[in-house]
Amino acid sequence: MEKRELTCIGCPMGCQLTVTMENGEVTEVTGNTCQKGDIYARKEVVNPTRIVTSTIRITGGDKERVSVKTASDIPKDKIFEVMKDIDAAVVAAPAHIGDILVQNVAGTGVDVIATRNVEIA
Amino acid sequence: MKTYDIVIVGGGPAGLAAAVAAKEAGNDSILILERDHELGGILNQCIHNGFGLHTFKEELTGPEYAYRFIKQVLDLGIEYKLNTMVMDIAADKTVTAMNREDGMFQIPAKAVILAMGCRERPRGALNIPGYRPAGIFSAGTAQRLVNIEGYMPGREVVILGSGDIGLIMARRMTLEGAKVKVVAELMPYSGGLKRNIVQCLDDYGIPLKLSHTVVDIEGKEHVTAVTIAEVGPDRKPIPGTEERYTCDTLLLSCGLIPENELSRSAGVKMSPVTSGPIVNESLETNIPGVFACGNVLHVHDLVDYVSEEAKRAGHNAVKYINSGCKEGASGPSIEIVATEGARYTVPSTIDLNRMDDLLTVRFRVGDVYKNSFVSVYFDDERVFHNQKRIMAPGEMEQIILRKSQLEEHKDLKKITVKIEKE
Repeated sequence: MEKRELTCIGCPMGCQLTVTMENGEVTEVTGNTCQKGDIYARKEVVNPTRIVTSTIRITGGDKERVSVKTASDIPKDKIFEVMKDIDAAVVAAPAHIGDILVQNVAGTGVDVIATRNVEIA
Repeated sequence: MKTYDIVIVGGGPAGLAAAVAAKEAGNDSILILERDHELGGILNQCIHNGFGLHTFKEELTGPEYAYRFIKQVLDLGIEYKLNTMVMDIAADKTVTAMNREDGMFQIPAKAVILAMGCRERPRGALNIPGYRPAGIFSAGTAQRLVNIEGYMPGREVVILGSGDIGLIMARRMTLEGAKVKVVAELMPYSGGLKRNIVQCLDDYGIPLKLSHTVVDIEGKEHVTAVTIAEVGPDRKPIPGTEERYTCDTLLLSCGLIPENELSRSAGVKMSPVTSGPIVNESLETNIPGVFACGNVLHVHDLVDYVSEEAKRAGHNAVKYINSGCKEGASGPSIEIVATEGARYTVPSTIDLNRMDDLLTVRFRVGDVYKNSFVSVYFDDERVFHNQKRIMAPGEMEQIILRKSQLEEHKDLKKITVKIEKE
């Protein structure tokens, strides 16, 4: 039996979770105050994912950078590959919240979308 | 110059939410004054996600969260002036401001909402020994450089202070290819949110050294190394515990201070604990018709609470104007006292007649408390006793008071909020 301590990130509560595992399978999650904590813990020990946020260079706009995020979670171990693609990207203004600026980033199947409006200067 | 009923000082999350609420409460004469060239305040540079879980039930980035409110302001046709600096707020609520187009102008407002936000504690206030070379930034300045301007302040980074912006910047700099060597925190606990410690430090193997501080900064032109040392319970460095880190950048994330120069000169009474105005249940300061909300009132860790609080300020400003700007208490005043672990409360007084059916009282604790109780006393009677697994100074706490409960308690003079072991 293996126990892992986690801090839930589902909300600002930051519940201290204890995950009990047996043969790589989660048998029990304790310490959570809501369902989110249970889901998070089971996922975090088996398949951790993150939203990546950054900025992309934008030309001809009223701002130098457009802030972006992955449209959904990507595997945690792909974060730096995702960042490499984001850093290499250059887009032209305008860009609006929700616009896809990088498709299928780092082969994750997830798009990178704008989180800010940048208008043509 | 056109006159307005309500002047809101600051177009960040607090000012925007206050404006929307005031408009929705029926007032059409609102002006937001914003010093920056765009609305949104500090959220524009907070490109990370995690905003809006309470307000919108989804996880947004800072700019997205800000835009939800900016759009409402635009859609509702609320007036605002950018690049406009408020110079003075007089006790009679005349607001003096200036910008390039209008020059200096004065607005005799019926109500003023203070929403100026806060500032980072600068190096000058931290008593760090060593040289004063280039390469030392507040975490928020670095955040602006990286996220707005697109510049990297450095490649090898030491961070002093584990406030949320410092933690966020540890991750941000790491993602952009910098090596963050260590985060040193003077206190034995972090001032940042748990989730930020997990997602910004633990995820990237960045060590957090609690009870540590910077004892030396090397470099004549530019930072070349930083030495940190462990501190004892007196927060003084312990000789022999020094560790030297070569680096080109030192980021400071050592606390935020409400920006209250304008409030002070207006004669607003301040709390020495929060460095923000002392307010009543309506979020009104000692000057009738002057309200405060957001980080200028007390520093928040969640923007959702800022929005919620600002909404109340906007709503109450309209109530005040609709009442014919009636001044003074309308009913018995109840004092709220924070003691034994609770550092302060917002608000700190309640006028029972003006109180809404439910009132959220927010407070912070002064230390880390495990399995302790939040207790509320009505005079000497304990009316609320709720156990919490953990409470920390970095995370704001709240209790909700019910008007009917206060009314039932005859001649209630004092509500005490404290932390109890059992």
